[in-house]
Amino acid sequence: MKAFRSVTGIVVPLDRAHVDTDQIIPKQFLKSIRRTGFGPNLFDGWRYLDEGSPEKTENERQINPEFVLNKARYQDAKVLLARENFGCGSSREHAVWALEEFGLRAVLAPSFADIFYNNCFKNAVLPVVLAPEAIDALFQAADPGPLTLTVDLEAQRVSSGAGHDFGFEIDSHRRHCLLEGLDDIGLSLQYAEQIKQYERRRREAAPWLFDALR
Amino acid sequence: MGGRTLYDKLWDAHLVAERDDGSALLYIDRHLLHEVTSPQAFEGLRLAGRGPWRIDANLATPDHNVPTTDRAAGIDGITDPISRIQVETLDANCDEFGILEFRMRDPRQGIVHVVGPEQGATLPGMTVVCGDSHTSTHGAFAALAHGIGTSEVEHVLATQCLVAKKAKNFRVWVDGTLRPGVTAKDLALAIIGAMGTAGGTGYSLEYAGPAIRALSMEGRMTLCNMAIEAGARAGMVAFDEVTAAYVEGRPYAPAGPLWPKALDAWADLVSDDNAVFDRELVLDASVLEPQVSWGTSPEMVAPISGTVPDPAQCDDPVRAESWAGALRYMDLKAGQALTSIALDRVFIGSCTNSRIEDLRAAAAVAKGRKVAPSLKQALVVPGSGLVKRQAEEEGLDQIFLAAGFEWRDPGCSMCLAMNADRLGPGEHCASTSNRNFEGRQGHGGRTHLVSPAMAAAAAIAGHFTDVRALLEAGSVA
Ligand code: SF4
Repeated sequence: MKAFRSVTGIVVPLDRAHVDTDQIIPKQFLKSIRRTGFGPNLFDGWRYLDEGSPEKTENERQINPEFVLNKARYQDAKVLLARENFGCGSSREHAVWALEEFGLRAVLAPSFADIFYNNCFKNAVLPVVLAPEAIDALFQAADPGPLTLTVDLEAQRVSSGAGHDFGFEIDSHRRHCLLEGLDDIGLSLQYAEQIKQYERRRREAAPWLFDALR
Repeated sequence: MGGRTLYDKLWDAHLVAERDDGSALLYIDRHLLHEVTSPQAFEGLRLAGRGPWRIDANLATPDHNVPTTDRAAGIDGITDPISRIQVETLDANCDEFGILEFRMRDPRQGIVHVVGPEQGATLPGMTVVCGDSHTSTHGAFAALAHGIGTSEVEHVLATQCLVAKKAKNFRVWVDGTLRPGVTAKDLALAIIGAMGTAGGTGYSLEYAGPAIRALSMEGRMTLCNMAIEAGARAGMVAFDEVTAAYVEGRPYAPAGPLWPKALDAWADLVSDDNAVFDRELVLDASVLEPQVSWGTSPEMVAPISGTVPDPAQCDDPVRAESWAGALRYMDLKAGQALTSIALDRVFIGSCTNSRIEDLRAAAAVAKGRKVAPSLKQALVVPGSGLVKRQAEEEGLDQIFLAAGFEWRDPGCSMCLAMNADRLGPGEHCASTSNRNFEGRQGHGGRTHLVSPAMAAAAAIAGHFTDVRALLEAGSVA
């Protein structure tokens, strides 16, 4: 797993609540069997005026100049600012792969959907929950912007160096894995003996849970 | 000491290890796989030189990409080359690792959340995961079931465990009795309307109360299916005799001397009387009408007698903006009656509503009637090959065909339009699926979520209408 310590970059404000993963990466791009190649189709339905398909190349597409990610002042943004319940809906990890590949390494929102939040940590994209008032203040500063923020996982702070400075909470296990870039499968396999013991007890108590699917 | 909830019990029963930092390893009994979210996980295993921990915990079937016509051709019937590679990849991965898979030509193939319960591969007391958010469906069996991402699919394959953090407990208590023509789907939509799409974030939901006990297993699955639409990863219903009757005799269910033993173990899969829930929502089923979603989020629902709401009357500015955006996308006007919304297509299917009872409910409305000529298409897509076969034995296919519906082969189909079944830009669809997100059923498509009976009624009328009027009129000879 890739590590994440801190990121400093321009903030792009996406002023919508309940942004679902179908919007972050539409279904026609989920046919890929690879983990890469999703960046050009991040927010495809909003970023482009024409309908996207895996066959179309980027220069065949019609850019939607109104969409915030396409505005010149937000080019090279590294931090996405969003409203409540970001990443709701489908469990597709492709949504996080698309954000990461596009270059957005942190997402700031008042709340996230559970599965999306989880998926972020597997891909070194940091989801940061801030109080609604802090998010409001950042939206005001980011539009027209530009607002540059540092999102520091180690210090658990989001700051602009010019007045905006917020602490955030994060689960200590996740923080640790992300800072060190640990392989969580490897970590879990350190418990192999406990897993086997559990299976022995379970097989004893509920034998119907084993060997049926062959 | 307070009692334990059903979720507490399921959590405790699967705890392998707890770490100092509060994270836990949770054992996974059943892992379901489909073609879209698994290829990168298998690839990850290979790259790391790892293999699956326990083959017999896994069950796979392709569903998202499969065409709903020309299935006799098997995988050759997939004309889209990229879709085809994805299904071939699932087949190859299952071959390589020895995982049981119901392939395209197998009559047991279907939507993964229909197949698991149908086969008895989903059992009470299990933990069930799948790289798919509607895994919550399986919670209907008093199981802890939820969706996971692809990295977690790889983790479960490699370790049979998930790194998890305990959620809080939320009980949705439903009093009263659903009135005729009002179904589990309407209840699911009304609950999401009341909770909001983020209302369940961080919680496990338990649906309880007399109205839930009165639901069939299929109704309970419909309800739990949409727990994720209220933000909760998992939804569940306690074990009872309805659960037992459904499970008994299924291919992978315990049989012989194991059956009474299993029943005995499952009897405790209920929340204790003195269990404490962190939150609770109480609803009365007897006042519910059939529901229709009008917006681009499943919380944007209203009863069929209602109207499209006015963003100007909403006092929360963020929500008012969401409503206004939804009305623009859906091309609806504030104050417009839901019955005035004309439809282009109707879709009856998806893991929410493609089981035999759903098809029966739709057929009861369609019988002897005709799909409105203004409709471009009315599709019925059974959830599995076995559901399809049963429906044909009951003559439901003939009822649908005579009415002008198309009768298709099983898969996800127009629920998310990864195959050829989709909406055109601007088209309105009455859909029995679970998500009305922008573009979900096709670029620019406009989805309205309803029950199977309401979808059938809408197909007949050409616009939304209260199915109860049709039901009262009875079947037309
Ligand atoms: S039917 Fe729809 S919601 Fe269900 S698994 Fe398939 S795509 Fe997902």
